[in-house]
Amino acid sequence: MDIIIVGCGKVGQALAEQLNEQTNNITIIDLDADKVNAVSSRCDVMGVVGNGATHLVQQEAGIERADLLIAVTGSDELNLLCCLIAKKAGNCRTIARVRSPQYSSEAPFLKDELGLAMVINPELAAAQEIARVLRFPSATKIEHFAGGRVELLKFRLPENSPLAGLAVKEISAKLQCDILVCTIERGDEAYIANGNFVFEEKDIISIVASPRKANDFFSKINYKTKSVKDAIIAGGGELGHYLTEILLKDGIAVKIIEKDIHRCEELSALWDNVTVINGDASDQNVLLEEGLDNAGAFVALTNLDEENIMLSLFAKSAGNAKLVTKINRIEFDEVIKHLDLDTIIYPKNITSDTIIRYVRSFRRTEGSSVERVHQFIKGKVEASEFTITDKGAVTDTPLMELTLKPGVLVAAILRNNRVLIPRGSDVIKEGDTVVIVSNIMGLHDIADILK
Amino acid sequence: MNFRMVNYVLGWIFIFEAIFMAVPLITSAVYAEGQAALWFAVTAAVCVVIGFLLICVKKPQNKRLYPREGYVIVALSWIVLSVFGALPFVLSGEIPSFVDALFETVSGFTTTGASILNDVEILPKSMLMWRSFTHWVGGMGVLVFIMAFLPLSGGQNMHIMKAESPGPSVSKLVPRVKTTALLLYSIYFVLTLIEFILLLCGGMTCFEAVNTAFATAGTGGFGIYNSSIGNFSPYIQIVVTVFMLLFSVNFNSYFLLISRKFREAFNTEVMVFFIIVATAIAVLTFDNISLYSETGDALRHSAFTVSSIISTTGFSTVDFNQWSELSRTVLVLLMFVGACAGSTGGGIKVSRLIILFKSFAKELRIMVHPKQIKKIKIDSHPVEHETARSVSVFIVAYLVVYVLSLIVISFDNHDLITNFTAVSASINNIGPGLELVGPTANFSFFSVTSKIVLIFDMLAGRLEIFPMLLLFTPSTWKK
Repeated sequence: MDIIIVGCGKVGQALAEQLNEQTNNITIIDLDADKVNAVSSRCDVMGVVGNGATHLVQQEAGIERADLLIAVTGSDELNLLCCLIAKKAGNCRTIARVRSPQYSSEAPFLKDELGLAMVINPELAAAQEIARVLRFPSATKIEHFAGGRVELLKFRLPENSPLAGLAVKEISAKLQCDILVCTIERGDEAYIANGNFVFEEKDIISIVASPRKANDFFSKINYKTKSVKDAIIAGGGELGHYLTEILLKDGIAVKIIEKDIHRCEELSALWDNVTVINGDASDQNVLLEEGLDNAGAFVALTNLDEENIMLSLFAKSAGNAKLVTKINRIEFDEVIKHLDLDTIIYPKNITSDTIIRYVRSFRRTEGSSVERVHQFIKGKVEASEFTITDKGAVTDTPLMELTLKPGVLVAAILRNNRVLIPRGSDVIKEGDTVVIVSNIMGLHDIADILK
Repeated sequence: MNFRMVNYVLGWIFIFEAIFMAVPLITSAVYAEGQAALWFAVTAAVCVVIGFLLICVKKPQNKRLYPREGYVIVALSWIVLSVFGALPFVLSGEIPSFVDALFETVSGFTTTGASILNDVEILPKSMLMWRSFTHWVGGMGVLVFIMAFLPLSGGQNMHIMKAESPGPSVSKLVPRVKTTALLLYSIYFVLTLIEFILLLCGGMTCFEAVNTAFATAGTGGFGIYNSSIGNFSPYIQIVVTVFMLLFSVNFNSYFLLISRKFREAFNTEVMVFFIIVATAIAVLTFDNISLYSETGDALRHSAFTVSSIISTTGFSTVDFNQWSELSRTVLVLLMFVGACAGSTGGGIKVSRLIILFKSFAKELRIMVHPKQIKKIKIDSHPVEHETARSVSVFIVAYLVVYVLSLIVISFDNHDLITNFTAVSASINNIGPGLELVGPTANFSFFSVTSKIVLIFDMLAGRLEIFPMLLLFTPSTWKK
């Protein structure tokens, strides 16, 4: 697939790097020659220096042949203009990053009228992800499949967890729980669960379960599960704005701490039932005064990454709140991973992940039965959704009798809108939707899971 | 320094050297040259063994390549190719001295075309074929060839391409390095094929046509007769003239022509190149008109010689050493100009000279208006300051290597013109110079030291100085 990426900021670079692993031909455009050189010497992509919204530059980048143009410059207007011109010049699919709430509320209109394939708002996407986590605070990350009917929960095993030392196959016998372990991340390695895998403390585990059974499971392994009733948000920017909207709909009480008095006034004018505090969130007294020690959740969304980390660490020591920390810079993710912060949100990664997810499923729907692809653990594990349209090698045979490739796991079967956690005796039938978790990248067809 | 990765790529170089030797092997089969075939086979076998050892024994876990690995890989690859490519000459006893054989092979791979052989016609046909084939491989670049067929490593192989491709800046034709390399080689192959067919039509034998096509395509210049192209018909000389010029045009232009971007294809560099060629031909024809009975002959020989020198091929139809001082001076100047960037030719390159002259003009303007901000532009694209700077530094490095080489070979006590043009012919990858190294003479009379210096110059010239210099910089080798 020929892809043009306009804008070589962090998101543009992440897209160039990650999409480059596939059989894509990528051209990047940016006004800054240094940035273009840096990216094109690191990845196998072609660089064009110039204004990506001009027809000439787009032509130079090969817009006639392109299948997709992704506009991720810092300016909303420029992104939309890029997409408009690309649509007229090359009739390719277009994706624009639009972050201002004014435009964002018009996303459906923009999509239809300007013919955009996708409008992505990083702040909104991040807010949605945070809200998902707060709905189920035991998990550090929640992924949705099959239109939200299947949830994959990720959490970190605490110290002294009763699970440590157990093998995967012993769980259902010992805990009487109907859950399925999918992946285990230990250090830098990611494993697809098999029956003999033994858990260790601090492993990051992902499971498939229906919400009720998940609660059951978490209480059996002594993992805190109390749902969040109230949240303190430090920083009242766009992201805080979107998050508040969503949390209010979920019935969670929100307190926003914001330094700027004018912004506070703006925010307080928006909602009646939100407590807006004009104060510095980095002042510990302010936080304690506002009841940090009893808060259900603490979300650090200031513009400074360092401040967010320090605030979360302080909140950890001061109370028992579920912590969510926003980090803008993605360079130090390996280091931050080792800090004991519950959930870390990278808006830039969410943006690039969403786009990549779209690109991959779009590429694969041509001549294959894959519906959606999620990059489940970055670059290591993929989750793909298949719809079984007709009888084949995998259907009507009990799963334990299928000779699956190593590193392939049937994570969930969706039949008549009911989610089945697959066991060895279950079979895949015609019309099912199946979620496959695998460390084989680029599964094309459901038959690919067989040896 | 990622030594394992360097070893790994070098391993593939050995394998490809063995594959390249299939060409002379087939030739020796056709002409029943058992002796030569044996030595080519032995060398190829040795290369395969070493290659497999390097590739299989220590596989690189870390496949990262940084610019410095790129330069080192390219420089070492060319040295390895030349050393092992020289073995058949030595083993078979055709060129008994190893330094002489190495000189001949380096001259082949770097597309120089300078020879140490007094009589090339006594060489077995397979050896002649190997000499010409090294031109063809070396012209477009060995690592570019390997990149077209081998999945080296993700995105980092651009560093290798940058180190091997001639010119101040390297641009890709398409996003993927692999596809770019394949496209370049396809254009190269098709052009060579067309020339081969045209030469066949002119009455050349198949063997002559293949050799001449290879030597022209790489802008090399090894002839298979002592008289070079002199004894062939005017038609053949004209075909060779045209193709020498075609192969010294930036290959990106052909790609742009295929994709119907005509205006971009005839860019400033190509136009300036042809203006220089036309002017030089005019001057030489006018200057030589009295030497030949017909004006047509004067024009043909002048055009051939100008094309041969500026494309850095080094074929000859007449002994231009006998021409007037004006003509000889023009030819020496053309030696330094060289071909376009991104072609198979050598020399300083037209695009560098354009940047250099524009920087020069800019400097003059800034002396008049000290506060003026001015960008150099080529084809209405601003030239990055970094590019302009690296061009100036390149010229300095080029002159340093030039002067040092000149001093060392002067110890042989030959005349100044011989020494000056010998270094020029080597570092610009041309082949023949003037006086003792003129088109009818050869380099065999130089001392061993001088030959080694000239071998270094040929490699430095082909790889554009810096990769070779980096090999001798201690900090390159620090971990």
